[in-house]
Amino acid sequence: MTTKLKAPLLSLILLFTILGIWEVSTPTVTSAENMTEYELLMGGAADEARVPPPSAIAVKAFEELSDPFYDNGPNDKGIGIQIAYSLYRVLAGYLLAALIALPVGFLIGMSPLAYKTLDPFIQVLRPISPLAWMPLALFIIQDSEYSAIFVIFICSIWPMLINTAFGVANVRKDWINVALTHELGSLRTAASVILPAAAPTILTGMRISIGIAWLVIVAAEMLVGGTGIGYYVWNEWNNLDLTSVIFSILVIGVVGMLLDAMFARVQSAVQYQE
Amino acid sequence: MTSIKVTKQDSSESAHSSLLKIQNLTRRYPSPDGAEPLTVFENASFDIKRGEFVCIIGHSGCGKSTIMNVLAGLDTATSGVVIMDGQEIAGPSLDRGVVFQNYSLLPWMSALNNVMFGVRARFPKWSRQQVRDHSYKHLEMVGLGDGAEQRKPSQLSGGMRQRVSIARAFAIQPKLLLLDEPFGALDALTRGTIQDELIRVWSDTDQTVFMITHDVDEAILLADRVLLMSNGPYARVAESVVIDIPRPRRRADIVHMDAYYPIRNHLVDFLTTRSRLLPDSSDTDTRNQQPLTVCPGLLKKTDTLKVLADTTALGTQGSIPAKPSVSPSVDIQKPSLTVLTGTQS
Repeated sequence: MTTKLKAPLLSLILLFTILGIWEVSTPTVTSAENMTEYELLMGGAADEARVPPPSAIAVKAFEELSDPFYDNGPNDKGIGIQIAYSLYRVLAGYLLAALIALPVGFLIGMSPLAYKTLDPFIQVLRPISPLAWMPLALFIIQDSEYSAIFVIFICSIWPMLINTAFGVANVRKDWINVALTHELGSLRTAASVILPAAAPTILTGMRISIGIAWLVIVAAEMLVGGTGIGYYVWNEWNNLDLTSVIFSILVIGVVGMLLDAMFARVQSAVQYQE
Repeated sequence: MTSIKVTKQDSSESAHSSLLKIQNLTRRYPSPDGAEPLTVFENASFDIKRGEFVCIIGHSGCGKSTIMNVLAGLDTATSGVVIMDGQEIAGPSLDRGVVFQNYSLLPWMSALNNVMFGVRARFPKWSRQQVRDHSYKHLEMVGLGDGAEQRKPSQLSGGMRQRVSIARAFAIQPKLLLLDEPFGALDALTRGTIQDELIRVWSDTDQTVFMITHDVDEAILLADRVLLMSNGPYARVAESVVIDIPRPRRRADIVHMDAYYPIRNHLVDFLTTRSRLLPDSSDTDTRNQQPLTVCPGLLKKTDTLKVLADTTALGTQGSIPAKPSVSPSVDIQKPSLTVLTGTQS
């Protein structure tokens, strides 16, 4: 058997082993007939306060995914709606960041002066946790929705900016010379030589950024509340519905994986071999 | 036979006007901490005629590549001018096509697109089909049709990549084609085939070519004239050796020509000995001095020694007497052939 077949098979075996151990080690809820009077009075709460078994999560997932877009008011929306809100914020902040990071990164990459001028700012701003901006954003923007988008913007701008600058600055001199000897103007050189040459590096930056943005949106939505998958997790925690918490954790993982896979696609499309 | 060669030489000189004039080209690199700047070469002056194939040979560090880059417009000289078609050159131009040693193909494009890239830049008004046909024609000329044109550079061998590069350079039909050691990175067999292709493509056009090489045999096979540079620093273009071997030349045939060994020995002798011994330009006033024209191929065996000695003396402007090292190299030229036939019989 080839590795191509072996690996997924082993993954499945590992998955089912873990799920099996988890399922077996979860204490079962004693049925009402066998309860003592005290336990009945407590409504079986001690037994219910437990990490739910995988089977319960599977049932929950089936329920939620079979009707993902229901809307029963502010505190009861389908998982699809929550994800859609989160994706909207991530993409809005991310696109704004790309709109600024790509041109500025190009400038920094092409001009050593611009690089030296902007480098101190980048070095100071980059290590700031995006959530540290939240209070300031809330005060200045005065809108929790836009503040969340701003937080996504500020966290996804740096990897894109730095990778774009790096990719552009490291385009091989030979290729620039090709553009020069063919009398290409600076705009055409940027578009037809530098951009394709730096594209793999730029895409790497964009891929890191979307990953960070997806990490940060959950935390940001826990703070701003209202809608979104981050809010959903926190809300279900307040409801003591651990089944929903675990289910939404899994959904966050799957969506993050899909976002990354999307960028991996684009990245391999612009990849070239020297 | 000698007289015929001389007439051909004369007629070609009158028929072709100078395309390129290089006058007193000098390149100095500033030294750190205010020391005297490093002069790589000084007062390089030479002409290239229209349609001529000129090779330049010299040891590493004599500034050949810098001269090439100045001609390409990618570097600037410290002083001196380069005039092409009556105009001083400043910056790169499509009039001067360049083939670099490391191919310089854009790796994300197919071979055809790489050529089209150049053609589109050269002929912006052409239709897409025109650009494509013109590019494909030039790829076919170097033997890269039938699907090979769709491959990316990474899917091509070193020799094929250099073919694409040559096709691109010829396709933009520059007034002057600059080749910077184009075959330096190729193995000997591939180099041979591509040299043949280059000479074939060149013969079909009236392209003027200026080429750097380290390979004496390559220079003799390809060039009308070989410029010899003395060693740097203070290098200069010392001699202009006329390669008087009739065309079309074939690798297998030229070694049997009378002129071949005198020329080859002259070049090798220059590179091994005289390039080192020539006084550098700091000792003598070399301004406006054209390289000495030498035609070793015209010489009879008996003349060779005397004239070579003379040229050495001339090259040094009489300041240093003829090098004794000249004579042994002259002595081996014909005898070595005789020895070879002797052993076979």
